[in-house]
Amino acid sequence: MSDSAPDIDVAGGRLPRESYARNFGDTFPPLTAHQAQVESDRCYFCYDAPCVTACPTGIDIPSFIRKIATGNIKGSARDILDENIMGAVCARVCPTEVLCEGACVRETAEAKPVAIGALQRYATDWLFDHNIQLFERGAATGKRVAVVGGGPAGLSCAHRLAMAGHAVTAFEARDKLGGLNEYGIAAYKVAGDIAQHEIDYLLAIGGIETRLGQVLGRDVTLDDLRQDYDAVFLGLGLGGVQALGLDAESLAGVHNAVDFIAQLRQADELAALPIGRRVVVIGGGMTAIDIATQARLLGAEEVTIVYRRGPEQMGASRNEQEWAQTNGVGIRHWARPLRLLRAGERVSGVEFETTQLDFGGHLVAAAHRFVLDADMVFKAIGQTFDGAPVASTADTLAFVDGRLAVDAERKTSLPNVWAGGDCVAGGKDLTVVAVQDGKLAAIAIDRRLRA
Amino acid sequence: MADLSSIFVGIRSPNPFWLASAPPTDKAYNVNRAFEAGWGGVVWKTVGEAGPPIVNVSGPRYGALHTSNRTLVGFNNIELITDRPLDVNLHEVREVKRAWPDRALVVSIMVPCAEEAWKSILPMVEDTGCDGIELNFGCPHGMSERGMGSAVGQVPEYVEQVTRWCKAYSRLPVIVKLTPNITNILHPARAAKQGGADAVSLINTITSIMGVDLDTFSPSPSVDGKASHGGYCGPAVKPIALNMVAAIARDPECAGMAISGIGGISTWRDAAEYMALGAGNVQVCTAAMVYGFKIVEDMIDGLNNWMDSKSYRRIDAFSAKAVPNFVSWEKLNLNYTVKARIDQSLCIKCGRCHIACEDTSHQAITLARNGVRHFEVIDAECVGCNLCVEVCPVEHCITLLELPVGALDTRTGHAVGSYANWETHPNNPASGHAVAQSPATAK
Repeated sequence: MSDSAPDIDVAGGRLPRESYARNFGDTFPPLTAHQAQVESDRCYFCYDAPCVTACPTGIDIPSFIRKIATGNIKGSARDILDENIMGAVCARVCPTEVLCEGACVRETAEAKPVAIGALQRYATDWLFDHNIQLFERGAATGKRVAVVGGGPAGLSCAHRLAMAGHAVTAFEARDKLGGLNEYGIAAYKVAGDIAQHEIDYLLAIGGIETRLGQVLGRDVTLDDLRQDYDAVFLGLGLGGVQALGLDAESLAGVHNAVDFIAQLRQADELAALPIGRRVVVIGGGMTAIDIATQARLLGAEEVTIVYRRGPEQMGASRNEQEWAQTNGVGIRHWARPLRLLRAGERVSGVEFETTQLDFGGHLVAAAHRFVLDADMVFKAIGQTFDGAPVASTADTLAFVDGRLAVDAERKTSLPNVWAGGDCVAGGKDLTVVAVQDGKLAAIAIDRRLRA
Repeated sequence: MADLSSIFVGIRSPNPFWLASAPPTDKAYNVNRAFEAGWGGVVWKTVGEAGPPIVNVSGPRYGALHTSNRTLVGFNNIELITDRPLDVNLHEVREVKRAWPDRALVVSIMVPCAEEAWKSILPMVEDTGCDGIELNFGCPHGMSERGMGSAVGQVPEYVEQVTRWCKAYSRLPVIVKLTPNITNILHPARAAKQGGADAVSLINTITSIMGVDLDTFSPSPSVDGKASHGGYCGPAVKPIALNMVAAIARDPECAGMAISGIGGISTWRDAAEYMALGAGNVQVCTAAMVYGFKIVEDMIDGLNNWMDSKSYRRIDAFSAKAVPNFVSWEKLNLNYTVKARIDQSLCIKCGRCHIACEDTSHQAITLARNGVRHFEVIDAECVGCNLCVEVCPVEHCITLLELPVGALDTRTGHAVGSYANWETHPNNPASGHAVAQSPATAK
């Protein structure tokens, strides 16, 4: 409580020490063998199954579930990882209620889909627990590919290229691989350091050299990579954060949600992390949910998400919204920030105005204003692609809506450059989509390099 | 309230649900609990000759077949007849019968196929005050290798002979329990009738191996790494047993002989089906071993409510009602034509009807319409085989619609005709209307 204003309260250690491990442990415990057996039996083994169509990576879900039911867990894990090498993390973080489980015919039949995500976790956990490596590097082709960005898109691409026998060099700006899996996702979704276990498993195939702390545009340039390698894959993620467009956004106590989550994910001691007693989160996506929920789990007393539209328009799914509410987060819809209130050099609250849609469907101010006191304010209104590191290239990369333009095979406008994940246009900002991008790009790169 | 009371070969019981001769009826403790739970009768577990007691394995004596959700659908055992001394069993039978005078108590007997053996045990059994005897000619394991059980049941002459001895040396009603491990159930059934049996009960268990342990390569249930065949029962055998019961029920040579139905009966519905196919009462074992004796409550209640809903006041009102409808194939109406119909409001779009029909039958169900996932029957291909109905996870989603006589069957291009069977079919060489001709006669 080292704040100048006496009523500002930002502190660590708000909870009894033992609460942190519990709060940031598994959100949902893994299935037991018995539960997996019972649940796998619920799958109808649909033909041309809707869940498969709904999976961005196209995992043969009925097949992997049937293999759990028959006791062929290794075969089950292979079905999953063949299509999605990050199937272990995706099993935990995918919004399954709007993907595979949302399409499950059991959802139609009884509003209770097969727990596909939990079963996927069961099979992949089993594989990791048994230390079984399913993949081996293909015969060396002598071709070299640079992968920029060690997140889900880049790592998926690198693994698939290694399977094909190409030599991969992966450049990562941070000092750890994983991208959002490691820095961006709420800790309780990926408890037990599963993101790093998965990366270890993936890299064990061999043929992937990793270079950490290498920033594109600073330590390496796209032009150099294009010259030195047979192909380049860009899985750059989103480097920028949307601003609120208010005065004094740099006030102490106003944070980018993504930065705080990264700090939380890397914290050795969660109890040491200062958190406000009253927290306001502005935004409506997964990041807003993740920061708000984790603020509560760190011991914040009042956490309010304020979103300018209604629950249906939120980027976070209904399940995510309910998860936050279950954890004591309040959600106020139809309001947007007007100005930040200050106490000395620190933020002390936010004044909002209520919103509504006019007859033309545009968002306009409604009649009311209100103030929420806040010791900390988190901005979670979206991220932007920072194109500067690739803009200097001799040829021009094409953009759409501020992100890289790619074709169906994830090739950019440059002949030997592919891209995927959050940095490309038309994506859904989902791990599973990034994995699929990397996979498709690797397949296309392999075809090109063999031609 | 319907009247469920039963008189089976003169033996009265408050309901037609008896426990079969098996582990649940091996001693007074269990039988008392069964009667407390409401069972109408009990067939006491098979007793043998006085002398050194029977020896059972001390390893597993049961094995099971489960569905993937671990519902037990098949059960097997390698237990022998009672391993308790004859005098102890007979003493308990007497005590239990005295305590439960309104319940049926029948004693199952298995002794060697020799007149003296039967002549000596029958008076002892009769002296207990029990209501009848059941001759165990069915047990297919352990005892059959010693010339008893199914070894007798598989030889009609033995069946007839032993039945005759029992009728000669006992005044009690005689129920002959049949083994299904034969080619034609009518042979032992008729032999029992010839020997004077009051009833047959069937089926006893089917010889079986439950599985193989793929680590040890022992079949199961495994006794120290080895297994012998056991006797198979439970819900999975019900269709086999129903067919045998019905075959006897419609056989003119067996007319007048009562049938006690046994085989996979778990519910009142199963029991009603057996009785509709000619069983006078039913015997239950596996369902009680899986769920305990309490299941009889719903068997009584459910049968009662169903009978009320159909205005059947007594069991006689519906017993054997399905027997006339059990006919041989050549009597089936070959002009009866059905088409599958999928209720789109119930369809959950799993696609199983489509793939079953597409891969293994008649390619008569669509996968899509106008590019949208949609399952619909193509009448011009549908032969009405019922496969889609049975594989659909949603009951009543797919049904069979009967085409009326005169309606066009788009598959054949012909109007649906009135009743005609194979006996008169032109393709039947024996019909007298044959059009299909051999090369020799074609010219």
